[in-house]
Amino acid sequence: MSKEQKISTMDRVNVGLARRYRRERRFRLFGLAAIAASLLFLVLLLVSIVVKGHTAFRQTEILLDIHFDPAVLDVNNLATANYAALVRDAVLVFFPQVEDRQDKRIAAKLVSTGAAYQLQDMVMNKPELIGSTKPVWVLADDEVDMFVKGHIPRDVPETERRVSDKQMAWIDQLAATGRLKQKFNTTFFQAGDSREPELAGIRGAVMGSMFTLIVTLLLSFPIGVAAAVYLEEFAPKNRWTDLIEVNINNLAAIPSIVFGLLGLAVFLNFMNLPRSASLVGGLVLTLMTLPTIIIASRASLKSVPPSIREAALGVGASKMQTISHHVLPLAIPGMMTGAIIGMARALGETAPLLMIGMVAFIVDVPQGFNDPATVLPVQIYLWADSPERAFVERTSAAIMVLLFLLLAMNAAAVFLRNKFERRW
Amino acid sequence: MQKFGLTLAAASMLIATASATQAADGRDYISIVGSSTVYPFSTTVAEQFGKTSKFKTPKIESTGTGGGMKLFCTGAGVDTPDITNASRRMKTSEMEACQKNGVTEVVEVKVGYDGIVVANSKKAETMNLSRKELFLALAKQVPSPEGGDKLVANPYKTWKDINKALPDNKIEVLGPPPTSGTRDAFVELVMDESCAEFESIKALKKSDEKQFKAVCQTVREDGAYIEAGENDNLIVQKLEANPKSLGIFGFSFLDQNADKIQGSAVDGQTPTFENIASGKYVVSRPLFIYVKKAHVGMIPGIAEYLAEFTSDRAWGENGYLAEKGLIPMPKEERKTFAADAKALKPVVLK
Repeated sequence: MSKEQKISTMDRVNVGLARRYRRERRFRLFGLAAIAASLLFLVLLLVSIVVKGHTAFRQTEILLDIHFDPAVLDVNNLATANYAALVRDAVLVFFPQVEDRQDKRIAAKLVSTGAAYQLQDMVMNKPELIGSTKPVWVLADDEVDMFVKGHIPRDVPETERRVSDKQMAWIDQLAATGRLKQKFNTTFFQAGDSREPELAGIRGAVMGSMFTLIVTLLLSFPIGVAAAVYLEEFAPKNRWTDLIEVNINNLAAIPSIVFGLLGLAVFLNFMNLPRSASLVGGLVLTLMTLPTIIIASRASLKSVPPSIREAALGVGASKMQTISHHVLPLAIPGMMTGAIIGMARALGETAPLLMIGMVAFIVDVPQGFNDPATVLPVQIYLWADSPERAFVERTSAAIMVLLFLLLAMNAAAVFLRNKFERRW
Repeated sequence: MQKFGLTLAAASMLIATASATQAADGRDYISIVGSSTVYPFSTTVAEQFGKTSKFKTPKIESTGTGGGMKLFCTGAGVDTPDITNASRRMKTSEMEACQKNGVTEVVEVKVGYDGIVVANSKKAETMNLSRKELFLALAKQVPSPEGGDKLVANPYKTWKDINKALPDNKIEVLGPPPTSGTRDAFVELVMDESCAEFESIKALKKSDEKQFKAVCQTVREDGAYIEAGENDNLIVQKLEANPKSLGIFGFSFLDQNADKIQGSAVDGQTPTFENIASGKYVVSRPLFIYVKKAHVGMIPGIAEYLAEFTSDRAWGENGYLAEKGLIPMPKEERKTFAADAKALKPVVLK
């Protein structure tokens, strides 16, 4: 009887075995498929950004033989001299056949308006250049740049492209004589915003982001850690601390625009701080990142084993000594990881900054916490909304820079965790 | 670690107080807010101004016309904007708000025109529409196609339903949301203008003015009109992906993307630079900037910025703003407004 039953149980197991294996394989396959799908989307996103944006790191330049004409450049009045005329004359040397006044104007437009400023800087720094003739690489106009990079098609009727047949012939002539080259786009990293795509850069936005993050870090880290230490080590367990805890968790999930509105009401309208300043941006982002840092800090304080505290107290340390000599040093790596992740989130934020005037056109690179500034994601948003075609690739390039910064911050978090974290 | 934390806290306090005291001082750059339509033009002028003058480059926020007016009219101190850009004229209600808050004298400068285009992909055929047809395609309520005075919910599904000569495509128009000045102008210039041409709606004007306005200005909500957000580049991309749909946006985006999209003719006129400038193309609106007179002299550079904006090299026929897609005013009009700007003549809204 019992033997018969045993066999029948084994049989039952054997019968179902294949199905159970199949089911397990299916389960694993689903998990794998989920990972593959998310990887696919990530790759699609990255590829589309890189494909659109990689050309922005190169910029077409034109080699002009500039004659620093003493007749145009008056030594006593270098700031207001007509540098555009120097550029124009240098361009027209290539096209002696151009007679018409209108055509001359168009030919001069092959070169960016920034060329005149470039010459101005050169002459101001080195007045002895006046009278000489020097080959100078100057920026090409954004439409020439787009054409050379193939973003403006050649094979459509003339009326449908921004570069006319005449201009096309001129560009080809320049390229054939080696006067037109693509070089590394240094302007993109050195300039502030501009309406001329070839003169626009991310320096202003990066500096703005930096100032904003410095304020955020300096305020949110000490406050967050202090709050976490008090709540975790000192606070009694009662209804009040429960209420605070619930509220902190709640705040971490609030949409960031709400913090922007709060910032507008408190920092701008009540405290009269300047609009568009990175100081106010940092204050608003501090409010936003505080809950994240408090939660991360508490978690890392919790993970320090009670035996450490008990041992310290046992040899006669005071509560404060226990915390500052033993618990905090052990918890700091985890806190820093939390802070860096909070900062990374703050770096990518635009919504709260809209309310305090940081979504703005700002050409001058900010020099301090009170200067009007904008941040990287806002710069991306503003460029994405611009009609000029050359801003499309610059938008993607700015996204690449932002992604790189985020990646670097997250890598720092991982590094800190691996290097300093102790497992118990 | 404790010392580290204390140093951080001290440093942050120091920065906060230092900045707060600094903030109380004046501002040495011009602060501009307002319309996103004027934004590309005023930023171009600002940049030129910053590079060629001894003044700092003005700061320009793109807040929308209404938002700009609100900020502009909050008061006359240095913490308020000096100039606001507008894609329509200031409303009397806004002027009253200004007056109430101590902004008594406001200088109005008309800077040029902006065309609003109805465009589709190059892959499709060019549309030739009348404003009446656009109203029939986009209004929520239209006169019954069977005749009679009754207004019915918009029954038109394809362009062919409206006019036999139009293609047999589903009506699908991508346009700006109600918060946008472009939408306001489109409603005013196309819908308002054409709806009074229908007998049944015209009768309504006499009997029930409010109802009349609602009929003329309400855009249908059954999916034929798609609110595509404020980003006009996005609309251009969507038109490319779907050649059967139409899009509504500013002229400069058509100008920049002429290899991908084409403007539809409205009332027989195509939206070209020349047609908009001469006034033949009817869907165009004036653009304005408003200056707080009390700030001139208080904030450095405002008069010079106005001079740059109203110079011929900026807003003239061959100026750098025309390059960016601004439609210049006729010479006489430019002269009048340049003189008014120079004299800082305060505007009187009628």
